[in-house]
Amino acid sequence: MAAVLTVPGAAQRGRSRPAGTLGPGSTLALGASVLWFSLLVLIPLAAVVVSATTGGWTGFWDVVSSPQTASALRLTVLQAIGVTALNVVMGTSLAWVLVRDRFPGKGVLDLVIDVPFALPTIVAGLVLLALYGQQSPLGIDVANTRYAVFLALAFVTLPFVVRTVQPVLETLERDVEEAAASLGAGRWTTFRRVILPSLVPAIAAGAALSFARGISEYGSLVLLSGNLPNRTEVASVRVLTYIENGDQASAASVAVILLVVALVVIVLLDVLQRRLSGVHA
Amino acid sequence: MSTPDPRPVRWGLRLLTMGYVLLLVAWPTGLVFGRAFEHGVGTFLDSFRDPDIQHALALTLTITVWAVLINLVFGVTISMLLARHHFPGRRLLSVLIDVPLSVSPVVVGLALVLVYSGRDGWFGPTLESVGYQVIFSTPGMVMATVFVALPLVIREVVPVLQEIGDDQEQAARSLGANAVQTFRRITLPGIKWAVVYGVVLAIARSMGEFGAVKIVSGNLVGQSQTATLAVEQTYQNFQQDSSYAIAALLALTAMVCLVVVAVLRPSAAKESS
Repeated sequence: MAAVLTVPGAAQRGRSRPAGTLGPGSTLALGASVLWFSLLVLIPLAAVVVSATTGGWTGFWDVVSSPQTASALRLTVLQAIGVTALNVVMGTSLAWVLVRDRFPGKGVLDLVIDVPFALPTIVAGLVLLALYGQQSPLGIDVANTRYAVFLALAFVTLPFVVRTVQPVLETLERDVEEAAASLGAGRWTTFRRVILPSLVPAIAAGAALSFARGISEYGSLVLLSGNLPNRTEVASVRVLTYIENGDQASAASVAVILLVVALVVIVLLDVLQRRLSGVHA
Repeated sequence: MSTPDPRPVRWGLRLLTMGYVLLLVAWPTGLVFGRAFEHGVGTFLDSFRDPDIQHALALTLTITVWAVLINLVFGVTISMLLARHHFPGRRLLSVLIDVPLSVSPVVVGLALVLVYSGRDGWFGPTLESVGYQVIFSTPGMVMATVFVALPLVIREVVPVLQEIGDDQEQAARSLGANAVQTFRRITLPGIKWAVVYGVVLAIARSMGEFGAVKIVSGNLVGQSQTATLAVEQTYQNFQQDSSYAIAALLALTAMVCLVVVAVLRPSAAKESS
């Protein structure tokens, strides 16, 4: 949408204009908003941290290092890393095809990529079971195995890297590539040395989002992975099991790990966002 | 298009990406619709005669309407504050707003239970003593849904507000318009499409929430069971026809949201030019 501005520097002027100070109405609105945000988000998340730390460091560590929980955390982290690596490759390729290639059906491809964002997670699990479960028309049944965890995470995280890389690729200056080519660089060298470096922040942002989502995924795994202890049980399922057993302190101990990962990713994204907008200002 | 990729590279990438998306998303999604209508439209519709399923769909509708309304009002307010005003903690608030996007729904559910549970929550017993139950009741389910969909409207509206600047708003105000008039006549038309877009995304997200709602609802059939929870329950009870039928309905609604957004985006960009 930045392209619609015809006056050069108009966007920057709007952005750098000193914003208004708070009048009485705005102060009230700010107060109400912050109160609502605190009651809904900040205080409940603080309660998770408090509940996780009531047993002290040893209490926390006992929960997290118990064999079943440690196994769930290890599985979650490894699968999220694996899926993120796959997304970096496939997401960048998809963004490349969507921006640089032209063929009939490209619009449909563009739309289908967003399906995992729109589908309810429980439906996503059911969808994958239809092709990769017991009644698979392909004869591939991965239900209740670790492949199922990987498959579900790959499904729900598909759009992240595509959607962060695509806009950056669209705004990339072609003349730099042409200059590189005219100086004798091959296509691969041009991609690796000229294009890839400017995509790295966007890829990193997409990867961070995809990792965070992978770590925290729950809904799509419920029907697909079978939640077998020590085999296909992930961290969020572990949290739920603790809650169902009435052990909120243990649930909070695992939850606090997921929360910290989420916060780190949010801060990382904020930093990357600033760098991205710095590049294209 | 300057120099296109050489043919083998182009075809290789096309096949790789299309094949990947087909096997991972398009084919499985198509199969669910196939299964839902396998025994004809009659069987599909029969699933919705079950009063428990009707109740679950009605509950999802109620929760979605409330959650989207709350996020609409809160989202536009916060967006105006973030884009138009300076106040201490503004940067922190704008970062924290994004937290719900990456927090696990299960953690959201647990967090709300810890504070609002009537048995041992921080505020729950007090609220319950004045007759207000949050957890295992609709308000809690609405809160969980609002939480997970919170940033969607704000993330759409803030960039648009920043891009259009406040020149016109200041002009309106200097000509004697009050705050409400300025907002209705100047600001709102400018952010209209961003708001609509954010709302559609929020509808899709709210309708589909599963994990957080599962924890705060108690998941009682015919009482606090939403459509997504009913998908799980019917599947596990071997009522696969019902399960696929609800899933297809939810998937269809989600796809309609997607298409609406895909159609709106270009027209919104055109209008603002």
